[in-house]
Amino acid sequence: MKKILAVETKLHLRDSWSMLFIIALPLLLLIVIGNIPDLGKPNPDLGGERFVDTQLPATMLLLALTTVALTVLPAVLATYRHQGVLRRMSTTPVSPASMLSVQLIINLGMAVIAAVVLILGARLVHGSPIPSHWAFVPVFLLGTAALMSIGLLIAALAPNAKSAPLIGNVIMFPMLFFAGMWIPRETMPPVLRTISDYSVGGPIVQAMRDTWAGEAPSLGSLAVIVVGLALFSALAVRLFRWQ
Amino acid sequence: MHPSGFCAAAGISSVYSMKVIEVTNLHKRYGTHVAVDDVSFSVAEGEIFGILGPNGAGKTTTVECLSGLREPDRGTIKIAGADDRDSLKRIMGVQLQSAELPEKLKVWEALDLYASFYGRTSGDLLERVGLTEKRDTYFGKLSGGQKQRLSIALALVGGPRIAVLDELTTGLDPQARRDTWELIEQVRNDGVTIVLVTHFMEEAERLCDRLALIDAGRVVATDTPSGLVAMVDDEQRLRFRPSGPFSEEILRALPEVTEVSRSGEQVVVTGTGNLPHAVTLALAAEGVIPTDLRIEQATLDDAFLALTGRKLA
Ligand SMILES: Nc1ncnc2c1ncn2[C@@H]1O[C@H](COP(=O)(O)OP(=O)(O)OP(=O)(O)O)[C@@H](O)[C@H]1O
Ligand SMILES: [Mg+2]
Repeated sequence: MKKILAVETKLHLRDSWSMLFIIALPLLLLIVIGNIPDLGKPNPDLGGERFVDTQLPATMLLLALTTVALTVLPAVLATYRHQGVLRRMSTTPVSPASMLSVQLIINLGMAVIAAVVLILGARLVHGSPIPSHWAFVPVFLLGTAALMSIGLLIAALAPNAKSAPLIGNVIMFPMLFFAGMWIPRETMPPVLRTISDYSVGGPIVQAMRDTWAGEAPSLGSLAVIVVGLALFSALAVRLFRWQ
Repeated sequence: MHPSGFCAAAGISSVYSMKVIEVTNLHKRYGTHVAVDDVSFSVAEGEIFGILGPNGAGKTTTVECLSGLREPDRGTIKIAGADDRDSLKRIMGVQLQSAELPEKLKVWEALDLYASFYGRTSGDLLERVGLTEKRDTYFGKLSGGQKQRLSIALALVGGPRIAVLDELTTGLDPQARRDTWELIEQVRNDGVTIVLVTHFMEEAERLCDRLALIDAGRVVATDTPSGLVAMVDDEQRLRFRPSGPFSEEILRALPEVTEVSRSGEQVVVTGTGNLPHAVTLALAAEGVIPTDLRIEQATLDDAFLALTGRKLA
């Protein structure tokens, strides 16, 4: 298990493109968008908060998390299934399930790194707050787990290796939209806002923003995330194929 | 009788029953398509057992059932020393027909990783499969033959008692193929039982102690390579160009000869027994020398053709 972890970590590091997308792209967007002059001023639409305080960092973090969970994770797993890596493993004493665990651990690691980079980046560049409510960490972990369960379901359903990240993208962009990446949730028309409330991405961003700002997350947000996690992981477990 | 007597008797009987693999009435369907209809064979300890047959005959499906990758629909598979999947995985090394590795995994890393699955080290395997110079190369950058050799190494890295090799030398150049045959013979000399699937008659003849010919999901014959060839008419055919004119009757008169015909300058003689000897002697008596003499004997291809009415390749 340790050896698989070491080898697979090396493989992820060798794939410099995915590292670029997961960490560099959200950070770059955080810096560039945050430098649009008006976004650094208190905004009555956001309840007097600045756009760069929690809205921008939380949506950029969701961008990083969805990239990890919805494209990188399913791409690797679907490729390994397609190439017969999982099949070959299942002829050895080590179960391919350990490969799955290793991928989850590595992807969680990347998510944590992205979070740390974005929190510090927002703090240093825009003077945004550091998440101050203790529930930020559980919210982050819960949200990442829910997104990964969707990623596993994509990996289970993708007919071949190439389609996995494509399906991931098709789910990712609407999710980012409803989570408020382009229009903050506060300024959404009621219909969009309602969809957003149930879109998994929306509650994740909302709960992260709340805890980022030092408040407790709403139970409604947490409930949607937990239900999503339970539903998608149950489906993924039922539908996952090793070969 | 003493309880320990039972144990001793059981021990002895297992030593004397040399069968390592016993497959009986194996049947496997994909949907409605029957891939393996009725396959039975057994493999003795230390044997190199070949499975030969045309594309789609069900060879891969058979060995996938053998290695626990597929659940047969009917039939039984008994493997000595493997009472469950876990023990099977420890004693059997498998080379799959189509299994890749991650593009950016280096050769040594692959071997090291798979060795760790068995709690072993890779030893001199890299050298034995001739990949020492490629140890730092990415899997994605290897040639087809090199990938194949790495795949063989991965099947052997766990120090298996049984190695199952699907399409052992497909994609290898003739030199690499011969090197691989040598490797397999060495491995067998270490006491490993080998089941190999192949398309190549030459490979089957050279390596296998016994082989099963499979066609359309059924075993058509199981025997030694020479036994299979002997099943078909043991007729031989001689082709040559005579150095001068002679009467065909002197050949027809020979007891060994069944037929004489001419095609252009060439004479074709069919017959049995020590045909070349008899024919050259008779010709010499007439002062005629057979030039460009070629002897054609039945091959496994002919055996397969005779048994199934179909060509092997
Ligand atoms: N996963 C699968 N699903 C459906 N049909 C399959 C599957 N695998 C094999 N088949 C079919 O089963 C039959 C036997 O296939 P198999 O791979 O066992 O043949 P083979 O003897 O190994 O052939 P080859 O020499 O080409 O490797 C073929 O007709 C093939 O199309
Ligand atoms: Mg095959």
